[in-house]
Amino acid sequence: MKLGMATREAYGRTLVALGRENPNVVVLDADLAKSTMTKMFADEFPERFFDSGVAEQNMVGMAAGLASCGKIVFASSFAVFLPGRCFDQLRMSVAYSGTNVKLAATHAGITVGEDGASHQAIEDVALIRSLPGIKIIVPADELAAAWATRVAASNDGPFYLRLGRPKSPLIYAGEERFALGKAIELRDGGDATIIANGRMVAEALAAADVCASDGIAVRVLDLHTVEPIDREAIVKAAVETGAIVVAEEHLLNGGTGSAVSQVVVEEYPVPIEFVAIRQCHGQSGDPDGLLRAYGLTAEHIVSAVQKAIARKR
Amino acid sequence: MSLPYVGQPGTPTEQLTDGADNPQNGTKPGLDSLPASTADLKRIALELRRQIVIMIGKAGSGHPGGSLSAVEIVTSLLFAVMRHDPANPKWPGRDRLVLSKGHAAPVLYAALATAGYFPKDWLNSLRKIGSPLQGHPYARSTPGVEISTGSLGQGLSVAVGMALAGRLDRADYRVYAVVGDGESDEGQIWEAAMAAGHYRLDNLVGILDYNGLQIDGPNREVMNVEPLADKWRSFGWHVQEVDGHDFAQLLSALATAADVKGQPSMIVARTTKGKGVSFMENVVDFHGKAPTAEQVELALRELIDV
Repeated sequence: MKLGMATREAYGRTLVALGRENPNVVVLDADLAKSTMTKMFADEFPERFFDSGVAEQNMVGMAAGLASCGKIVFASSFAVFLPGRCFDQLRMSVAYSGTNVKLAATHAGITVGEDGASHQAIEDVALIRSLPGIKIIVPADELAAAWATRVAASNDGPFYLRLGRPKSPLIYAGEERFALGKAIELRDGGDATIIANGRMVAEALAAADVCASDGIAVRVLDLHTVEPIDREAIVKAAVETGAIVVAEEHLLNGGTGSAVSQVVVEEYPVPIEFVAIRQCHGQSGDPDGLLRAYGLTAEHIVSAVQKAIARKR
Repeated sequence: MSLPYVGQPGTPTEQLTDGADNPQNGTKPGLDSLPASTADLKRIALELRRQIVIMIGKAGSGHPGGSLSAVEIVTSLLFAVMRHDPANPKWPGRDRLVLSKGHAAPVLYAALATAGYFPKDWLNSLRKIGSPLQGHPYARSTPGVEISTGSLGQGLSVAVGMALAGRLDRADYRVYAVVGDGESDEGQIWEAAMAAGHYRLDNLVGILDYNGLQIDGPNREVMNVEPLADKWRSFGWHVQEVDGHDFAQLLSALATAADVKGQPSMIVARTTKGKGVSFMENVVDFHGKAPTAEQVELALRELIDV
């Protein structure tokens, strides 16, 4: 699969475009502007860029204050710090207050790589999911990330964008119609459904190819929006395919798998298998090696599909 | 709980170019009957103290000590200094008040009700299910509350953001943040202090309600916050120290703060926790304990004359 730019880079470029279109867009960062790619915005709109220094909690508060005065505020840091370092600030000043703050967290997931566990946010979706009122988007590639940035800017209220460090495999060609809260069906199939987001969408497509060569027709859904979740597409997948695999670059507990399970259990119980990081911390290594080591590859998804199908009643 | 939240976030507004035609600027009068004299302010302060005691007594829980210590601070701001319009709480040109020490909500509620932001009978519903007056300030349900607070250390950061927005829009409103001394244990206060100093936010004024007590005891025993004035100075703030129950000193300091250029202002206001009610003054237990019905009666007997 061809590599595109990193989702964080697509975010940075889209911010510049938004900055040109709307003077009300402001951007905050916590001394990571070169890494989160907000520097592109800072270079063009220095008066609308505010660095909090290495003080993420204060950055979130400043973001809430700017938003309460009518600004559309993007605040960026690494996903380990945003939400990790400033959970209570997100809870009080953003979620509870309903301020128009867009949290764009980069370097999410195990594919951060060599920096190791301290810098690998594999629990961020669970943390944000626990806060009522924040919409969550996990884009799979550069086009999805650009869309996510725009949809966050044009919709009132808090958003969380989960962005990655390495270059992302290109999933989309440009003609897709992204819609907030609507999963995208990338493959149709009737034997099982793989629901994935972020980096795992590419693995899901590769897994679907392997399954197809074995005569198993697998549906693939890109569940880019985790909150609000696309109940309709999930229920449809349960009803029509009878088995589900959820693949995410995140801990098992509290992430996309949990969100999907809640819908399936409430609406139409079918077997679900999870491709996620089991309860453990990350470690240093190259991103692809880590995906293999932590069970997050197409190969792992294929065996999960087989298990899920075997469990069908 | 259907009241919209403050600030109309997300609504694009026209780019603002200079002060002259800026809708966020202006001389729109605040309260129609802005008190002119210290005697008026004292009368209001007494009324706020009575309301604080009554509402916390009715609620059966709450924080009287730190509400009573901040009465003159809040009265000075809302009834003498700030430009605001209770009939139009979201008027873009308003000065902003952030109660960073959110547990002192009762003094803010009493002041907002007295100023006309909402009916005074709302005060009777404090802390009850469905009430617009939550135990700690909730911006989405209470007109005049700019941002939800109650988890200490966060309000000052929000105030920094508001001040940045004001400067960005070339608006001439000012942002006031009331901070607690116990709250100053929080690291985020000093993150915000550093940022306000760095950005030279001369449209930001902090008022420190320095009553000397926190939940577990006196500051100096729980966690020494001294030297407070020096700390703020070292972070680039203009600092004044006043008697936080003396209107003349408070108003003078607030006037001076308004003239400071190129740096944020901190007014360290020495106060007495539980001020005005003899059996609450300097009593640690009344940080977060409601008076009994009998104690409310006793307190109201003391709160009858300025």
